[in-house]
Amino acid sequence: MPSTSLHGASAGDRIYRFATTAFALSIPLLLVLLGVEVAVAAWPALKAFKFSFLTSSDWDAVNGVFGAAPAIYGTIVSSALALVIATPLAIGVAIFLSEFAPAWLRQPVAFFVDLLAAIPSVVYGLWGIFVLVPLLREHVMPFLADRLHLGNTPFFSGPAYGPSMLAAGLILAIMVLPYISSVTREVLMAVPRAQREAALALGATRWEMIRGAVLPYASSGIMGGVILGLGRALGETMAVTMVIGNRHEISASLFAPGYTMASLIANEFSEATNDMHLSALMGVGAVLLAITLVVNIIARWLVWRVQRQARA
Amino acid sequence: MPTTEPRTLTTVAAPTVANGAADAQPLVSVRALDAYFGATRAVRDVSVDFVEGQVTAIIGPSGCGKSTLLRCLNRMHETIAGARTEGEVLLDGKDIYARGVNPIAVRRRIGMVFQRPTPFPTMSIRDNVVAGFRAAGHTAPSRAEQDQIAEWALRRSALWDEVKDRLRESAMALSGGQQQRLCIARALATRPRVLLLDEPTASLDPLSTQKVEELVYELRGDVTVVIVTHNMQQAARVSDRTAFMLLGELVEVAPTTRMFTSPADARTEAYITGRFG
Repeated sequence: MPSTSLHGASAGDRIYRFATTAFALSIPLLLVLLGVEVAVAAWPALKAFKFSFLTSSDWDAVNGVFGAAPAIYGTIVSSALALVIATPLAIGVAIFLSEFAPAWLRQPVAFFVDLLAAIPSVVYGLWGIFVLVPLLREHVMPFLADRLHLGNTPFFSGPAYGPSMLAAGLILAIMVLPYISSVTREVLMAVPRAQREAALALGATRWEMIRGAVLPYASSGIMGGVILGLGRALGETMAVTMVIGNRHEISASLFAPGYTMASLIANEFSEATNDMHLSALMGVGAVLLAITLVVNIIARWLVWRVQRQARA
Repeated sequence: MPTTEPRTLTTVAAPTVANGAADAQPLVSVRALDAYFGATRAVRDVSVDFVEGQVTAIIGPSGCGKSTLLRCLNRMHETIAGARTEGEVLLDGKDIYARGVNPIAVRRRIGMVFQRPTPFPTMSIRDNVVAGFRAAGHTAPSRAEQDQIAEWALRRSALWDEVKDRLRESAMALSGGQQQRLCIARALATRPRVLLLDEPTASLDPLSTQKVEELVYELRGDVTVVIVTHNMQQAARVSDRTAFMLLGELVEVAPTTRMFTSPADARTEAYITGRFG
């Protein structure tokens, strides 16, 4: 530690160090406090309903019965759907930007892709309601069900209302794409030149080099980006609430309306008048918090691993 | 020489490797080659022949352009942004820089090994060896054929006995010296006519260095080797002919024994006697 005096740190240094330490520690402390508060508030509901809180589909505030299964199911399915749609697109964008794009195109395209992450989610929701949902109802859903004859499968059956799990998945896909793509771009650019040259020197084409040397090297980092996107998708509230249909029921069909944990909380917090209802909402929040924390930790770990590999 | 040879060897086994047989056929001929990084001219008007089946060493101080010259021989130089070349490099009399020549095809005939070992970390030892072979084949060879190729190349690079029981393990489990011999095996698996070695022992310990040198010595006759090295003793040990470069220019090429005993150029003499560099 630099100091002007030979004997210990100056008073200014001590105060400065104390203040910054306090600021730095307050963040983790806040997270722990938040987790504890949510868990404590959720405890009555979790104790009363035990596992049926996670497995039951009955959510009846009037009679005081709470089972969050449809919201948990909806959160997982809409997020998974988003990843299935967004991952190939995002990786394609990242490969283009890091490997093929001419220098003058790289920055502008990367900027616009990143900008997708800056759009307020209520704007996505608005666009979802007035553009995406009608488009799905009038064109995409009939096409999938009738033209492609997928209507007989459980996943695309039932009437095409518009607001649906499919709409939520699509909105989420657009929203998580920039996260996956920018992490992927970074890990691709972290792949050492030596690895690329090794592949090229073996007579690999550009594509063989990417497929054989670059992507495998970056794979765990790309996985980290995907999981980071998953973390975003799990917690996204506004846009999803606006297009998913908010029906507390599990349906295999992607055409059917559904629910997510985040939209359940957003819809009901203002009406939760009795203690058990409030505690049940806190329980949903606790489950959501736990899932997103675990997902984010996995993501960070994967990215960290590939970066460490790159430095070695 | 290994006994298993799954495919016919296309390279002509060179006859006796006499010391710098001047009348021997050049397999690779460099004619008036210039190499640039942007505006910087790193290789200046170099003309040199590499004789079939021989080992040629390129020596010279850091930054003299010897690695750049090497990278021009399999068109790796141009993979760097802003890099370009002028002049000709003839392989079997055909200019590899001629219009319509595919650099990919050039690199499949002229293999390269780098200063630091570059195994593919996600692949097993065996998959590393056949990685280039698989890329180079238009039809995917059978697994058995790949296994044969892997064994042949690993024997050829004197690594087989050390790794034959753990071919499925990650290449990262090998020592640095073993990784470098694995990279040589990987380059040999595509059956190149020419093997370019860019300071292949710069990052290795003395024992591993010795093994790589022995291997290079073994390869003569079958493969035409061009090795860039910092180490003059190494050049003296492994090469038939030595080229000395300085400030991007080729000062002198001569049979190695003559180069190190009676160099023609005063600058060569100054360098090999350690007066600079």
